[in-house]
Amino acid sequence: MKLKQGNTEIVKQELWQDKFRLDLYGLLKKNAVPILFAVICIIGSYFAKLPLKFLLNFIIIRMCRNSFLVLSLIIPVLAGLGLNFGIVLGAMAGQIAVIAITYWEIKGIVGFALAALLALPLAIIFGWLTGMLFNRAKGKEMIAGLILGFFANGIYQLVFLFFVGTIIPMKNEYMLLSTGVGLRNSVNLKGIHYALDKILEVRISGLEFPVVTIVCIIILCLAIWFLFKTKLGQEFRSVGQSRQIAGVSGIKVDKIRIIATIFSTVLAAWGQLIFLQNLGTLNTYGSHVQVGTFAVAALLIGGASVTRATIGQALLGTFLFHTLFIISPLAGKNMLGNAQVGEYFRAFVAYGVIGISLALYAWQSSSKKRTVEE
Amino acid sequence: MDTKFLLQMRNISKEYFGNRVLKEVNLDVKEGEIHALIGENGAGKSTLMNILFGMPVIHSTGGFEGEIFFKGKKVEIKTPKDAMDLEIGMVHQEFMLLPGFSVTENIKLNREKTKHNLISRLFGSKLKSLDFKSMRKDARIALDTLGLSIDEMLPIAGLPVGYMQFVEIARELDKKNIKLLVFDEPTAVLTEVEAETLINTMKMLADKGISILFITHRLEEVLKVSNNITVLRDGEVVSSLPAKDATVEKLAELMVGRKIERVSSKRKRIDELNKKAGNTILKIEGLKVEMPGERVRGVTLEIKKGEIFGLGGLAGQGKIGIANGIMGLYPGEGKIIVNNKEIQLNNTASALKNGLAFVSEDRRGTGLLLDQPIDLNIAITAIQCQNKFLRKSLINLADRRSITNHALKMIEELDIRCTGPHQLVRRLSGGNQQKVCIARALTLEPDILLVSEPTRGIDVGAKKLVLDLLVKLNREKGMTIVITSSELGELRSICDRIAIIYNGKVEGILTPDASDKEFGLLMAGEKSRRREVS
Amino acid sequence: MEEANRTEALNVSNIITAVGYPRLIICSFLLFLLISAALLGLPLGQLVSSILVRLGMNGILVLAMIPSIQSGIGPNFGLSLGVVCGLVAATLSIELDMVGLSAFAFSIIVAAILGSIVGYFYGLLLNRVKGQEMTVGTYTGFSVVSFMCIFWILAPYKSPEMIWPYGGDGLRVTITLQDRFDKVLNNLFAFKLFNVEIPTGLLLFFALFCFMVWLFMRTKTGLAMLAAGSNPRFAEASGINVNSCRIIGIVISTALGAIGIVVYAQSYGFIQLYTAPLFMPFFAVASILIGGASIKKATITHAVIGTFLFQALLVVALPVANEVVANNLSEVVRIIISNGMILYALTRKEAGGDEVEAG
Repeated sequence: MKLKQGNTEIVKQELWQDKFRLDLYGLLKKNAVPILFAVICIIGSYFAKLPLKFLLNFIIIRMCRNSFLVLSLIIPVLAGLGLNFGIVLGAMAGQIAVIAITYWEIKGIVGFALAALLALPLAIIFGWLTGMLFNRAKGKEMIAGLILGFFANGIYQLVFLFFVGTIIPMKNEYMLLSTGVGLRNSVNLKGIHYALDKILEVRISGLEFPVVTIVCIIILCLAIWFLFKTKLGQEFRSVGQSRQIAGVSGIKVDKIRIIATIFSTVLAAWGQLIFLQNLGTLNTYGSHVQVGTFAVAALLIGGASVTRATIGQALLGTFLFHTLFIISPLAGKNMLGNAQVGEYFRAFVAYGVIGISLALYAWQSSSKKRTVEE
Repeated sequence: MDTKFLLQMRNISKEYFGNRVLKEVNLDVKEGEIHALIGENGAGKSTLMNILFGMPVIHSTGGFEGEIFFKGKKVEIKTPKDAMDLEIGMVHQEFMLLPGFSVTENIKLNREKTKHNLISRLFGSKLKSLDFKSMRKDARIALDTLGLSIDEMLPIAGLPVGYMQFVEIARELDKKNIKLLVFDEPTAVLTEVEAETLINTMKMLADKGISILFITHRLEEVLKVSNNITVLRDGEVVSSLPAKDATVEKLAELMVGRKIERVSSKRKRIDELNKKAGNTILKIEGLKVEMPGERVRGVTLEIKKGEIFGLGGLAGQGKIGIANGIMGLYPGEGKIIVNNKEIQLNNTASALKNGLAFVSEDRRGTGLLLDQPIDLNIAITAIQCQNKFLRKSLINLADRRSITNHALKMIEELDIRCTGPHQLVRRLSGGNQQKVCIARALTLEPDILLVSEPTRGIDVGAKKLVLDLLVKLNREKGMTIVITSSELGELRSICDRIAIIYNGKVEGILTPDASDKEFGLLMAGEKSRRREVS
Repeated sequence: MEEANRTEALNVSNIITAVGYPRLIICSFLLFLLISAALLGLPLGQLVSSILVRLGMNGILVLAMIPSIQSGIGPNFGLSLGVVCGLVAATLSIELDMVGLSAFAFSIIVAAILGSIVGYFYGLLLNRVKGQEMTVGTYTGFSVVSFMCIFWILAPYKSPEMIWPYGGDGLRVTITLQDRFDKVLNNLFAFKLFNVEIPTGLLLFFALFCFMVWLFMRTKTGLAMLAAGSNPRFAEASGINVNSCRIIGIVISTALGAIGIVVYAQSYGFIQLYTAPLFMPFFAVASILIGGASIKKATITHAVIGTFLFQALLVVALPVANEVVANNLSEVVRIIISNGMILYALTRKEAGGDEVEAG
């Protein structure tokens, strides 16, 4: 037994050394993605020639608008479901609620709160269905989520283009198309515009902070942090590491995966509400389509991967991605004389960064499989 | 008998799809004893343990016959949870540890200590906070019981293998009041020193009143640690004896002893072969193969033309790796000489082109295209390696008709039971699938046929047919056959010589009529162990 | 055993499983649509010719799925890589001021060459991401399409037919082929039969490609690819290089995608640039799945039947929907059916059930 203890000390030391080494030169490697995008952003901002205050205000607006959506991706990542492209369904739940309260003309923070309440059961149902689908497509959750988003979009269009005004009785000349069937392409949400943002706004040296929205985001961050300190959070993480071992230990794997998906979908629904109240108009058939892609891209740019994501990465990623979003058309225009180039460039970046990180993930997991076998 | 029995399994029988794997097995474990359960692979040890743990695989295949008594009471164990509730614990052969979790988190996996907080009072106990402080304390106690001083907050990833094993044990100990602990081949992955510590730990646990069921095939360990021994062979208890009455030789004999059917007088044939000595067809020199779980650590063999050569040994000792290494399916190094010509290692095509053919032990995984028809399965390797069945024209178009005709010929020759050459292989029975594999190998017209586990997972009647077929090929076509099998009886019934592989090396070569004891000792690696000592 | 099989074949439920629920539903839906079309007095002849045109027009794009599925990569969600190659080739033929069949032939050849080159590198990528080909493929496709958007703006094309007329940058979104190779195949040997216009040239061209793919799958290389796709470990044990088989599969698939879009454009009469190719792979994937393929197994028959059913549905649904409800419905139906079909294939347990995952 003596010998054993001696060994332990050595192991301990080695592990500590390992950690130390990692800290030194692993830091750069580990954060390569955010560093790269930070550099791109800095160069881009230089060429965009935007006044700094202007740029910062834009960034604050967009951070407040999008952080919630990006944060909604963290739970499924840690529960081993990968990047949940299915949050598109959550966004739809949010939009359905918004359409309802706009139709009923319930305004202000009351309308917003009601929308949040309405979106909840819808999102729970959507999340539950998504989770069941993911359980049937284990190992293919991401592509299934992506396609599910497209599919649900088709259903959504069917409902709001053809059912509204026919099967679903709705009469409102501002919302419906001139034929009386189908919603207009864009719906004015002036009722809940800035419902959250403008409750309390603070100006600090020319920068505007929508305090309540920021508080909401902070509460969400704390809630996620708290969740992973609880029994449920521990079960998410266990399932995320190994479905098999978690199952053998008596954790109901499928159920936990569904719960994780529901959490994510509900958060996405509320995230979409925050997004819409800030924007003030609903692009009926477009607002939700890119939610999944953009949120995923933001999370990945922050340095997250298919299996690891933190709150910090989500926030950093939102910051970098939306900075890029703001500056790239302007930078494109100033550099190449064409704003569209910049727009396509950011689409390219969003898709590219997802593609690359998925490829890296597949690459690593296949090489890991090899070493485990050995 | 004044001691009480903790666990009694009475007349346990189990069938898998008509295959009887356990026959009226009785197992009695006393309170506070270390009971060893030994037997070859396929003897039924793991099935018995699956029954004890109520694993779904048992109940989804029709359950079992017999009764289990625990602490004198009859119990029904339908799920692993039932077993856990009875305070039966298991240390798995494969680690059930999450690499990204700390030692503490793994020890307390799904048994985390929690405490209420404001939110959990509102939304239910799932949202209780983890009480890390008390979890750490529990983990520390469990680790200290084992005399393990590692930091309980270290992550599992990066710990040496031996430590992981102890963390597993610590987890079982942490389940309070554990009464029976099953160790499933715990020393298989450990170094000598680690195994020593483990054995001491087991003794210590037994002293605390925990009964231990110890599954292994390392015979020396059994003698060192256990009080009583139960030996399984072919699904039956062949002996149940106190450890003090056992010796390594006796146990080995019990484990492998079989009634052997002699196919022909071996002596004569070996003499015949010896006369033709020098006709070495396959020479293996210093072969090392990196096959997971079946590592080969330097094998040198000479195989004579026209013989049936057997490779035997216990699972995990490397016998399977030899043929796979020769065929280049797993990375290897060394020298392979076929017909005085060295073939390139790690190159399957080169092996196939130089007169070797291989029937894999992994029939469904490596041996067949399950969703393709029989005829394509038989022909495809020959098409790819030898350009057979191709119409010679500008493009190498396959000749469907000759493929089908060849398949028909093979179906008749090997008596493959099927609806026709276009039937999908998946629909065939195990024995017929095996024949398709052999037909594919024969289509290559090899000088040497390597066959691994030819009778694994096929029913008794078909087993004999496959073995007879191999003998026929050898006698009639003069084909040299190297057969790898876990079933020693099978090797002894058809081989001319048998090499026993232990620890990735050749432990010894025997003739089939050598005694059970000799085989047993070689398989248990006693010979090389003694060599080391002396 | 034989007897058991025979009774099995007679079983009704087995017939349903053999045909598959999705196809049964789609067939009955199609039948329902056709009857309604007849009742509404829609010109059936016109509908049939338009189905035939769209079969030939989309067929090769769907055919492109076969080599990628057979080689074990699964449906080629990165087909847009091939599509942009075809678009480059077609725009090049206009830039070089070529007309008629020669322009078409030039486009096809350049498309095939470009597609093969791109496919090779794409194959190298896919070999490193085994198991995640679908997601990686999708996003590779998406990002390449976005990248090509920049290319269309910045590339130094000069032909006035293609660039924006009033000093805008780069190529137009839609380029007409009217004076180039619009419908050169459709009109080749075309004739009329009972009010049905038969686009002979187009159908022959499609048939030719079907035959070539069929032939290829029966060559030594094709069989090696089949083995590599259905069981990589078997293939290795037969001395087949699995990785190069996969590369061959994706090269052919990408080249077919490139050729396919040129054929599509000539039939459509326009080249659509920028984000138009973004979702093309999904419709091609859905078509072959509708035809009865799975993400592991696909044949020529699957491709032909699938394209036919899918296109017929859209062609018939459009005017019927116009009569009954509102316009644009067929686009929505297309999205729902195609993505629903892919979802079905992703969640379906493969026949035989060997796919039980660890855990």
